[in-house]
Amino acid sequence: MVAGFAPSDALAAPRGRAEAEPVAARTVRKPGSEVRVDGIVKTFSGDGPAALEGVSLAIAPGELLALLGPSGSGKTTLLRVIAGLEIPDAGRVFFGATDTTDVPVQRRGVGFVFQHYALFRHLTVFENIAYGLRSRERSRRPGEAEIRRRVGQLLDLVQLPTLASRYPGQLSGGQRQRVALARALAVEPSVLLLDEPFGALDAQVRKDLRRWLREIHRETGQTTVFVTHDQDEALELADRIAILNRGRIEQVGAPHEVQDDPASRFVMSFVGETARVAADIAGGQVWVDGRAALRAREDWPEGPVDLCLRPWHLTVGGDEAALLGTVREWRRTARGTVAEILLDGSDSPVEVKVTDVHRKGDRVALQASEARVFPRG
Amino acid sequence: MSSPAMSSPSLPAAPHAALTEPKGVRVLLIATAIGFLALFLLLPLAVVFAEALSKGLGNYLATFAEPDAQAAIRLTLLVALISVPLNVVFGIAASWAIAKFDFRGRNLLITLIDLPFSVSPVVAGLIYVLIFGSQGVLGPFLQRHGIEIIFAVPGIVLATVFVTFPFVARELIPLMQDQGTTDEEAALTLGASPWRVFLTVTLPNIKWALLYGVLLCNARAMGEFGAVSVVSGRIRGLTNTMPLHVEILYNEYNYVAAFGIASLLALLALVTLAGKTFLEWRHADALAGRGAH
Repeated sequence: MVAGFAPSDALAAPRGRAEAEPVAARTVRKPGSEVRVDGIVKTFSGDGPAALEGVSLAIAPGELLALLGPSGSGKTTLLRVIAGLEIPDAGRVFFGATDTTDVPVQRRGVGFVFQHYALFRHLTVFENIAYGLRSRERSRRPGEAEIRRRVGQLLDLVQLPTLASRYPGQLSGGQRQRVALARALAVEPSVLLLDEPFGALDAQVRKDLRRWLREIHRETGQTTVFVTHDQDEALELADRIAILNRGRIEQVGAPHEVQDDPASRFVMSFVGETARVAADIAGGQVWVDGRAALRAREDWPEGPVDLCLRPWHLTVGGDEAALLGTVREWRRTARGTVAEILLDGSDSPVEVKVTDVHRKGDRVALQASEARVFPRG
Repeated sequence: MSSPAMSSPSLPAAPHAALTEPKGVRVLLIATAIGFLALFLLLPLAVVFAEALSKGLGNYLATFAEPDAQAAIRLTLLVALISVPLNVVFGIAASWAIAKFDFRGRNLLITLIDLPFSVSPVVAGLIYVLIFGSQGVLGPFLQRHGIEIIFAVPGIVLATVFVTFPFVARELIPLMQDQGTTDEEAALTLGASPWRVFLTVTLPNIKWALLYGVLLCNARAMGEFGAVSVVSGRIRGLTNTMPLHVEILYNEYNYVAAFGIASLLALLALVTLAGKTFLEWRHADALAGRGAH
């Protein structure tokens, strides 16, 4: 654990001082804006960041939405378009009812947290957080006392009250990212945008910060969009997940929706482990290597398909109309025995829980309690 | 045959031994380096001061009381005072454009910035004579309007700006490229105006490199001989800079005065060197992110 990182129960401490109101409520609570992008197209010349090919997405006020996708899917580009750091070739961006497409980034009122923090290294933590307030035009700039008060509250919120006079170079990665978040929140943004906020941190700090970001979101009620390539992070944190692939949104939904009801083969294999079997559907049966392996559901299309299965929906046993596979590996673990099985028609093995003893090379029949099919080609 | 096998038990020590030359070689190398430095750098420096002070401190100081010498010092300071700030502005603008934007002709611009390094200073001076001189392209036009550039201060400034152009930009470009644009983007999202972003984010990030560039630029601006000598016309008390004045005095066998002025230039070099060393030390500190300041 990082030096100076307060455990999660320390979250209660600042709240204890003002019983009725959480700290954040006084600091940054404001009704989050709805954010909507409509038909965003963005192309880059050369080998720059990924392009967007007509992306539309609505983010509800106060929602915590994850943009999930592999690298090169355009998720960071979309986030930067929302922020105003990239100008789209076509399409509009709305904050609430306002069309902000042509509003420059300085006046858009977004809080942006960068993957590598982008703290101002020549300024103290205090001055970093105060930067946005001091940047306001004279008429809207708060007085020195007010700035002190606000920065103090934000330091409490991010649990770094004692580090105000430190320089970014003297902080750990996790602390820096929390300062970056406080700095972004200080300007009272209408939407908070985080670009792979935990990408540069090690696993333990990542986990702590994840939980902590959820807490902050609950306290502030800020409309928040964060970019990640880590499906666990998206599933654990987000209210809804938008899955991007090659500049398009493949699916938007709650974590259980994208996991249990994936809209495409890409989504299926990107969120959660998947075994993919090449199959054909004809006459109400799913055929693998010329054998009837499974009864087809009525809404499944006839013809060549990819049969996609979650490993936890597979059981070994049964006889007729079963999937066949070859045991590659069999081992005992603390939670039972596991066989690594290569299904016929598939090119990568899956781990399935088994009860019997198996040997390498054994042929087994498997039943699938659930399956999905996607037309091939 | 047995000796390689015998030496194998001592193998663990081999990496250490492999990095260390025998003592004799080390002494020889160090002695060569020091000898070279002494002969080509320290000895001339000592000679400059020795010659300057050879007729006593009074004569040495009298050198600077002479009106022509004072005029040369004033002119040199004036030229530096104009050309260094100009090059700071050009240098920051050029390195900003090169480091933070991607545009057509970017590589051409980088090459052009280096041009003054690869062109002989005499050629640099001649360029301006050919453009602004009385026989030059713009000569007749300038004469009609009574504007003097060649054999006058503007020509000297132009030649100096040309020669010193790469110093600031060359310092800044690699640093700014390394730092990228996220700091600036962060400041923009926080609502800062572009000018404020420049003053409060970009400038502090480059300040040590900038100061270093300014020091080198200044040393060169005050010491430039070739280009300035072509455009100046060497009018005593009017268009003579310090390096030119040194040469004139020397040609007149006025060694004390010549080395006196030269000692002032040498002193400037020493101050620059000390400043540079100090900045490198500070600079490294700031770059490592420890820059408490």
